[in-house]
Parts: sequence; structure tokens; C-alpha cells
Amino acid sequence: MHRNKSWSRKLFLVCNFFFLALISFLCLMPIIHILAISFSSGQAASAGKVLLWPVEFTTAAYENVFGKPEYLRAFWISIQRVVLGTTISMALTIITAYPLSKDSRQFRLRTFYAWVFVFTILFSGGLIPTYTTIKSLGMIDTIWALVLPGAVAVFNVILLLNFYRSLPKELEESSRIDGAGHFKTLWKIYVPLSLPALATTGLFTMVGHWNSWFDGMLYMNHTDNYPLQTFLQTVIVKLDFRFIKAENIELALKVSDRTSRAAQIFVAAFPILIVYPFMQRFFIKGIVMGSVKE
Amino acid sequence: MNVLTRMWKREWPLHMMLLPGLILVLIFCYYPMAGIMMAFQKYIPNKGLLGSPFIGMKNFQLLIDYPDIGRVFLNTIYIAVMKIIAGLIVPITIAILLNELRKEWVKRTFQTLVYLPHFLSWVLLSGILVDILSPSAGILNQFLSIFGIKPIFFLGDNAWFPYVMVISDVWKEFGFGTIVYLAALTGINPSLYEAAEIDGAGRFKQILNVTLPGMMPIIILMLTLNIGNVLNAGFEQIFNLYSPPVYESADIIDTFVYRMGVQQAQFGFATAVGLLKSIVSFIFISVSYVLAYRIANYRIF
Repeated sequence: MHRNKSWSRKLFLVCNFFFLALISFLCLMPIIHILAISFSSGQAASAGKVLLWPVEFTTAAYENVFGKPEYLRAFWISIQRVVLGTTISMALTIITAYPLSKDSRQFRLRTFYAWVFVFTILFSGGLIPTYTTIKSLGMIDTIWALVLPGAVAVFNVILLLNFYRSLPKELEESSRIDGAGHFKTLWKIYVPLSLPALATTGLFTMVGHWNSWFDGMLYMNHTDNYPLQTFLQTVIVKLDFRFIKAENIELALKVSDRTSRAAQIFVAAFPILIVYPFMQRFFIKGIVMGSVKE
Repeated sequence: MNVLTRMWKREWPLHMMLLPGLILVLIFCYYPMAGIMMAFQKYIPNKGLLGSPFIGMKNFQLLIDYPDIGRVFLNTIYIAVMKIIAGLIVPITIAILLNELRKEWVKRTFQTLVYLPHFLSWVLLSGILVDILSPSAGILNQFLSIFGIKPIFFLGDNAWFPYVMVISDVWKEFGFGTIVYLAALTGINPSLYEAAEIDGAGRFKQILNVTLPGMMPIIILMLTLNIGNVLNAGFEQIFNLYSPPVYESADIIDTFVYRMGVQQAQFGFATAVGLLKSIVSFIFISVSYVLAYRIANYRIF
């Protein structure tokens, strides 16, 4: 491959590098732009002077955001949701995947159970019936409405059960011979060995909970119960004026709307920006394992 | 001791492990399926599922007579098909180009950067897109004005809206898709390239004759799995970016169901639309899984 260093090849390599650098920049640019706006003065932002670097640097927008009790409350609800949701979901994924990873000689009803779970990916009652179900359970305006309905993540279960199956059978057999039951085998053998797979699915579950907003909008009647993304949906995207109180108007005039929105977006994106580079190393293995099988 | 009790004695811990998950799935997935009855009712929330009067197929009749329904279906399929095609071509191209890079760390860096948008929610990305695409102060229109192009209201113009949806969706997701294709690329036997080179194939010919055929199984797999998504044009994205002036080109089945059902409280009617979508989706997904199994030997478990 290295001997073919013709003139056209070199030209291609240079162009390719710059093209891909441009593409990467285009993926990053909107976020840098928002960050620059959030640190700029209101006038500079609304005059459209800000490109990728703050103009008339100020942290006023952030002081505004962190001074807003609604924002902080929504932030706190999202944190609770991530912790509770991820814990429940991961626990369920682990104990559901284990029995389903057995073959049907070891566990007679395995195939039947597997289809019960898989069918839920194929067919659903739809938006309205699901909503009325949650409502009739009295879960409206509680955090359970955000955490429980999606707690059994069937795709994660499938990913994990495929991983369990790739582990050598002898491990389980020897543990059973040593007198460990299924629960102990799962906890002592399977869970420690599947930590990379669990880290992948766990991180994805966390990001999923942090990012979801639609269920918050659907199941929360009181805006006080909104998780962060739902709150932002109403403030940034739909511009709901219920959130701008009379005493805040002066502040809203001081800090232009645009910088404040930018700051709110960036603060909500920040936890993700920290976590996502770490996901790469787990994730590539994970997705390859889940999608490409021999 | 008969067979059943012996089986139970041996397998009960496994049943117990499945129990919590089963209960949740029964409550949140299977019980709502009973609510599909609403599609055949004039559903009155106070009277509930059992008290509401049955009206047979009237909701479906209403659906057929509804003036906008054809457009809603067409929009859904139009936007979804464009997304599937663009969402296939772009990641494959980028994966091939990334694979041409010599330095591993450059490759890794670019890869990490391009899949960043995937991890942000459509709420945040909508906030960013609304700002960037704004006709008055948006950075894109400022850029276009250098070339003397008049400001375009990308999110308020029916001619532009579907394309903005496709391009922004590709922008969000192509980095993620690239990983799958890159993985497939690294699995191609290097001796095939050497053989091609000895036969006098240039770099471009090698891509055409070695790389693409090598990627074919995974390309076909992704394509067949996407068939199941033809009725999902992207609710979260469109819901966060559309507005009444672009309903004409932007309304898809899911946004339509939301507006009818949740905002206008026409529960029976919205459920009928949703049911129709669920049935068609079910057929598409089943077909795509069967195809993926037949063609690419893909199994979900």
C-alpha cells in the first residue's frame, strides 16, 4: 500500500484529510457557536457579531440561569431520574437477561418468555392507550411515570444475553458444582465478567434518561415536576411565557433572550459532553457485538 | 414426582428472576394493548374503557374522510425514505474516507467528533438549530448573505422544511452509523487489497472492487433493518422544530396522533390512527427481520 505514492495519491490524501476535518468541524461548530453566544453580551449576540469566540465576554447569562429556581429544580429532578432510572433498569436488565441466555434444555419456557419480551419491540398499544394506563395507575405527576414504563429495555437485555452466551459454559458448570445457585452464579460469575457490556448499556441508559423529555411533557401536569429537558422544551423551543415571572422581566431585559437560551442549552449538554468521550472505547465493542455476529 | 414438579424444582430461580421484568412488561406494554379498544369506541375519559359506547369502524371511516390524512401519510413516508437513503450513503462514504487516513489517532479524533451530536437530545439540538437557522440573526443566513442570497426561513418554509429535517437528522446520526461500517471495513482481509494492487488496481478501483463488496453484507443488513422504520419519520425532531405554517409539509403520523389525541382529546380517533400505524409497522418490522435473517443471517437472539 505504501509504494503507491503517486502525485494524485498525495493530493487525495491531503484533500481527504481536510474534507474530514471540515466535516468534524461542522459537527462541533454549532456547539462552539452556542457556547460563544452564551458568554457574549446581549447586544453583541442579538447584533449577530458572535461567531465562534465570545464578544464582550460576560458570565451574566450563566448567573441568570443558576439564579433561576425553576431551572435548578428541573436539573435536580433530572438527576434523580437518571440515578433511579438507571439503577432500576440495569438491575432488571441483568436479572432478565440471565434466564433468557440459557438454552431451552436448561430452561424449558425460555423461548416463550423471550418472545413475550421481543413482541413489545414489534407491537405496542400506542400513545393514547399507554397514557391512559399510566393515568389510571395514578402515576401522573410522579417520578415513577418517567422511570418504570421503559425500565425493561429489551434491546439492552438482548445485547447482554448475547454477551452472557459468549462466556465459556465451563464457568457456570464449575460454579454450580461448587454448590452455587443461579442467583449466586449470576452475581459472582456473570456480573463481574460482563462489566464492559454493563458499562456500555449503563452509560446509554443514563444518557437516555438525561435526554428524554417527551414523557415528562406527557405525564407531568405541573410544570414544577418537569425534568430538565422537558423544562427546556417549553422554555427554549416552544417559548412558554408562563415561566417568565413579573419580577424576572427586568432581568430578562438585561440579559438578552438569546444568550440566556444558549447558556441553558449548554448547561444541559455539559454532563453529556463530559461522559460521551468515555463511551467510545466500550461502545465500539458493544455495538459490534450486538450488530455483527458470525 | 412428576415431570412438572421436577422441572419447577430445578428451574424456579430462573422464573423468579424473570418475574419483575414480566410484571412491568405486562403492565406497561401488554395492558395498554387492551386500550386499543378505544379505536372502536367513542371514548369518554370519565366512563373509561368499559363504559364508553362502541361505534364500530366509525373512527376509521372518519380517518379515511379526514382531508389531511393522505398528506400526513405521504409526508411520513417521504421524509422517512429520504432519511433512510441519506442515512445509508453518508456514513458509508465517511467510513471509507476515514479508513484512508493513515494515523490512528487522527482517525479516532475525527470519529469522536462526528458522533458528538448523536448524544444530545433533539430538544437541545432544536434550540441550537433554531438559533443557527434563524432568518434574522442566524449564522447560516449571515453566511449566505455574503454571497448575496436573501435570508431563507428554513424552518418556516414548506419547500425547505423536509430537507432541513433530512439534513439535520443525517448530521445528528451519521457519526454513530459510521462506527458500524468502520468495524466492517477493518474486518476485510488485507490480502485482498494486495492482490488487487498487483493486478494493477488503483486506490479508487480497490474501493470499488474490494471495499464495497466486503461491506455489502452489513449494508444489506442495515438496509433491511431500516425497512421496519418506514413509518417512523422522527417524532422528537419534527415535533421540536415544526410550527403551524409548515404542518402541510411536516406533519407525520406521530405528530398528528399527538395533536389529535393529547391536545384535542379525540382519544378514539387518535387511537385508530395509532393502531393503523402499529399494524403496518408490525408487518414492516416482521418482514425486515425475516429478510435480515434470510439474506444476512441476522438473529436478534
